[in-house]
Amino acid sequence: MKSSSPLKWFATREGLYFVALAVLLVVLLPLALDPFRLNMVGKYLTYAFVAIGLVMCWGKAGILSLGQGVFFGLGGYCMAMFLKLEASTPEATAIQSTPGIPDFMDWNQLTELPWFWEPFHSFSFTLLAVIGVPVLLAFVIGFAMFTRRVGGVYFAIITQAIAAILTILIIGQQGYTGGVNGITDLQTLNGWDIRTDEARTILYFVCVGMLFLCLFVARLVQNRKLGRILVAMNAQENRVRFSGYDVAAFKIFVFCLAAAFAGVGGAMFTLIVGFMSPSFIGIVASIEMVIFCALGGRLSILGAVYGALLVNAAKSGFSESFPELWPFAMGALFIGVVLAFPNGLAGLYQTYVMPLEDKIFKRNKGAQLEAKPAEKAAEPKPTAEKTPDYDPMIDSYSPEKS
Amino acid sequence: MFDGYTSSELMSIFAMQGFAGLSLFSVFVLMALGLAIIFGQMGVINMAHGEFMILGAYTTYLTSGFFQSYLPSLFGGYFFVAMVLAFLICAALGAFVEWLMIRRLYHRPLDTLLATWGLSLIMQQAYRSIFGAREVGVDLPEWMMGAIQVTDLVELPINGLFVMIIALSIAVGVYFLMYRSGYGKKVRAVVQNRPMAEAVGINSAGIDRATFALGCGIAGVAGAAFTMIGSTGPSSGQAYIVDTFLVVVFGGAQSLIGTIVSAFGISQAQSTMEFFLSGSMAKVLTLLVVVGILMLRPEGLMALKVRR
Amino acid sequence: MSAAKSKSGDFLLAVEGLTVSFDGFKAVDDLSFYLDPKEIRVIIGPNGAGKTTVLDLICGKTKATSGSIKFDGKELTKLKEHQIVHSGVGRKFQTPSVFEDLTVFENLEVSYPKGHSVMGALGFKRDAEVINAVEEVAETIFLTEALNEPAASLSHGQKQWLEIGMLLIQKPDLLMLDEPVAGMSVTERKKTAELLRVITRDHTVLVIEHDMQFVGDIADRVTVMHQGKVLSEGSIEHVKSDPKVIEVYLGH
Ligand SMILES: Nc1ncnc2c1ncn2[C@@H]1O[C@H](COP(=O)(O)OP(=O)(O)OP(=O)(O)O)[C@@H](O)[C@H]1O
Ligand SMILES: [Mg+2]
Repeated sequence: MKSSSPLKWFATREGLYFVALAVLLVVLLPLALDPFRLNMVGKYLTYAFVAIGLVMCWGKAGILSLGQGVFFGLGGYCMAMFLKLEASTPEATAIQSTPGIPDFMDWNQLTELPWFWEPFHSFSFTLLAVIGVPVLLAFVIGFAMFTRRVGGVYFAIITQAIAAILTILIIGQQGYTGGVNGITDLQTLNGWDIRTDEARTILYFVCVGMLFLCLFVARLVQNRKLGRILVAMNAQENRVRFSGYDVAAFKIFVFCLAAAFAGVGGAMFTLIVGFMSPSFIGIVASIEMVIFCALGGRLSILGAVYGALLVNAAKSGFSESFPELWPFAMGALFIGVVLAFPNGLAGLYQTYVMPLEDKIFKRNKGAQLEAKPAEKAAEPKPTAEKTPDYDPMIDSYSPEKS
Repeated sequence: MFDGYTSSELMSIFAMQGFAGLSLFSVFVLMALGLAIIFGQMGVINMAHGEFMILGAYTTYLTSGFFQSYLPSLFGGYFFVAMVLAFLICAALGAFVEWLMIRRLYHRPLDTLLATWGLSLIMQQAYRSIFGAREVGVDLPEWMMGAIQVTDLVELPINGLFVMIIALSIAVGVYFLMYRSGYGKKVRAVVQNRPMAEAVGINSAGIDRATFALGCGIAGVAGAAFTMIGSTGPSSGQAYIVDTFLVVVFGGAQSLIGTIVSAFGISQAQSTMEFFLSGSMAKVLTLLVVVGILMLRPEGLMALKVRR
Repeated sequence: MSAAKSKSGDFLLAVEGLTVSFDGFKAVDDLSFYLDPKEIRVIIGPNGAGKTTVLDLICGKTKATSGSIKFDGKELTKLKEHQIVHSGVGRKFQTPSVFEDLTVFENLEVSYPKGHSVMGALGFKRDAEVINAVEEVAETIFLTEALNEPAASLSHGQKQWLEIGMLLIQKPDLLMLDEPVAGMSVTERKKTAELLRVITRDHTVLVIEHDMQFVGDIADRVTVMHQGKVLSEGSIEHVKSDPKVIEVYLGH
């Protein structure tokens, strides 16, 4: 349902919400925050990739994965392997007993680069792997599970088990993976030092750019018939099946899509934070990713971005001042969102703020273009991406149906 | 991986690791029973199950402290008091949780998963605030120390044996409750056809609450037993939760025997492989095999065929 | 799609030795029957006779334990549900199942037989062809007025029609309807009979129904099922006068 002219789209309600988010991320935050804080925001945004994927996969299609950290981690590790190899030149590692391999391998008595590290000398291979490896794993899991009609709680538990398996594996195989410390000490990307303030600011903008790319892909999917089928499948899988759709194929697709987003997020995470470790991909980390999506509104891709930002900002805030209170807050958040606000902030926005907007717009049509983004961006308010001509199913979740 | 062992050596390795695996087996059975009852009845997975178990463990810890200070003469029997207390406290909390959130989330099993995960975070942090982050242990009563010498190679620690006996008696108890009592009949009626069960006058909401409380109570007893073979920390419960889910799912959600068989299989596989591989690789391999089999046979080992 | 090709005398649907057992209980037991092209067949029988299960088996919802289902030369027991739909079998469920949140138009559009693959659904466009097909079907099922209303707001009977419409737009060769008039008012019932008569001009129809008067109205032939087996088969008069049928079904 794209409007005929792309420019006109920016004046629609949905377009304005995108503009508002862009203004917030590209103008306001960079102006307001020092490079260190901006880097933190960049880190939070890498989780937004995962959250957008979860909106598509869990919110729309009803497939809850408690193992998105796996895909996030695979993307991140692929990037980290490339950066680590670049940092481990024979000159830089001359003091090792085997120069030219990553330091942790040397500490673990490896004398040769393992075969699966070899291709990560190539940057183009790495870029491919950042998406390809998570998608491949998602495809294998999805194919095995969805063609056998495994879903719901079973799927959630199995994905969680996979997150556990990968974490234990990475921690156990120190020599190949860097173990519990992860892959650290990453320095340059194709010769460009990623640790300077300037590089971090640039990476932040790259991350925002990638995020919008993912948002547009997700938006495309949700607005096409494909998106409608995903939602319909969630509510009435059998009717969809007997309307002639291969339900398993659609589920595999959306699961792979979510994995691809998560992989990109993970790679950006490695670049922005400067290291990757198993603690970001395990059971606890994976399930936290679900709350980013749930808080933002499980059906709203823009909401997911705000959810990821807010939860992570709150987490940092709490752990600086009252670390012992954070688990209580997090627990309360899980319970509260699920029980009281199943549509998250986007749902609240839709019920309480959008009617107000309607009033304002009716009175003041001309000022619409400028007034909207300014008002919106003043604080990171959650948005829903609903426009009047939207398909109703894109944005409403009624608990009774699923 | 068997290179370099003679067959008789292999035999005793298997025997030794087999007995070691029995402790793990007991923990799995104890945790899985409560989880399976709730999952089988309501299709709900209680992510806070491990924390309920730890609540039972802390109850036992406090009871043992109380006996040590005030009733040292009766110390030998504190465990049985603790077990009853653990059951009651956990069941009461379970009923409260059911009333507070679970009953509002029927038909939304995925949301229940998230909500109970939130509950588990809160419970863990509460333990950390009350009992501290360090693990605590209880003193075993005298009669539980020592071991029984079976052959000159093989000896069985009494506490491990005792815990296994508890695990199996609870399993038998649950069997009688589910298949030989009026309550069990109602539970099965609700599982098979909720509207019909309601139509014939079964209070299905009451059954749900009772089942949830029962599952949590059993978790409490599991926690009490757990203190006899290990120490208790705020997040000890979480360490077992994924394995236990797999035990339940692998066994076939509604099958009691399946649960026990799969608990036995998984614990034995893990402890046997631990001897040949590093602990983490043994775990990875076990989990991989279980997940792999579940992908091929998602209904678990023993499953009921029900119309969907 | 290709039913017209089968020579006269050839069966469109041939069910042979069909058996399904659920943990030892045979819901359908060595069942055989044959449908001619353009025939209207009604299956009747007491509750639990296995009628719905037969439709489940044909459309692939349940897998047969043994036996064969040949449709237009293809063996259906080996196909997946969506493949069965694509080969020309449409199925209406006993309880109306439409997409409640979508409008009537969108319900029909989703069922339109184009863009059924993942990529196809991504590239699907609502063009004139789709709109025409939707409007045409909407008229057949008396829902032209309601095209832009959400399906949730329809009456029970209208939902049933919509579901039939969702089948029609797929242009299936065989339509299977499970109790299409159950729960309908008298006028709705009449209209449905009329609708079925229109449909049967160019479709083969397999209907499950309890309402004997309705059965008499529409059926070419009637198959009576009992305990998973065929008890009797033939014209409505033949079946009505069959003492076995009176004993187990009509008698009470
Ligand atoms: N998947 C299944 N698992 C177990 N039993 C089943 C299954 N499907 C059907 N049955 C049983 O098969 C029998 C036949 O059921 P079916 O629904 O086909 O009857 P019916 O003739 O359609 O009855 P009604 O007139 O009430 O619709 C019933 O006893 C039913 O319980
Ligand atoms: Mg029926």
